[in-house]
Amino acid sequence: MAVEQTDAQLVSRCRAGDPGAWNEFVERFSRYVYAICSRGFRLAQHDAEDVFQEVFARAYERLSELRSDDAVRPWLAQLTRRLCIDRLRLNARDTPSETDPDEGEVDDVLATLDEAMSVRAALDSVGDPCRDILDRFFCQDESYRTIGESLEIPSGTIASRISRCLEKVRVELDGREQGSGPS
Amino acid sequence: MNGFDEERIGRLLRLLPPAPEGWVRAAQELPAARAALDELVTRAEQDAAFRLQLQADLERAVAAAGYEPSPFIVSRLRQLLEAV
Repeated sequence: MAVEQTDAQLVSRCRAGDPGAWNEFVERFSRYVYAICSRGFRLAQHDAEDVFQEVFARAYERLSELRSDDAVRPWLAQLTRRLCIDRLRLNARDTPSETDPDEGEVDDVLATLDEAMSVRAALDSVGDPCRDILDRFFCQDESYRTIGESLEIPSGTIASRISRCLEKVRVELDGREQGSGPS
Repeated sequence: MNGFDEERIGRLLRLLPPAPEGWVRAAQELPAARAALDELVTRAEQDAAFRLQLQADLERAVAAAGYEPSPFIVSRLRQLLEAV
């Protein structure tokens, strides 16, 4: 199992100017911010890129204003949400759209993304090679063949490896639910 | 949050594809960009000719000063110049 660092510990390292901590911060939350922009608000790619960069720029500048280090994920979600809404409003002045998501819809997507982040954290705890295999298959849509070639393992064994890895993640999630925390 | 089965875990993982590499790299380079921005601002405050160059063509002036005119630097500098 990989040693997992909590969000609060990571934020604390960023504040202390720990070299490498900011890179880890961006690495940890980039998928989340990207998903809010693209799935939650369905921003076009160039708008999503602008919002993505602005979220991390503001996060970098204002991390010291965060009241509780544990609350970094909801803080980022709120920041991203606000910037996405600003971008949609700006666009609507030029080209009014009736397809922008409504608030309730966005709330639902954000709740689901929070669950996805919890699964992601469990996956990080399980570590490689499961993290790599599951990420390639589910997040990057790689075929069994591509995964097999990249990781130099027989492609005929990928399905069973995926199944075993999913079981490990499920056990990790169960452990977290029962309060045993990451192992 | 309970009742995770393997199908649901897979479905949730699919919701978080990686952000484009270039975006992640640019965000990771923010501390360096911030340091460059501070130097550019200091120079603009002390050097009227440089300030005029920034006002005339911000991206070119930043590049001519030896810095990458990243979106972060350009947008922050523009805000600062407008505020002056």
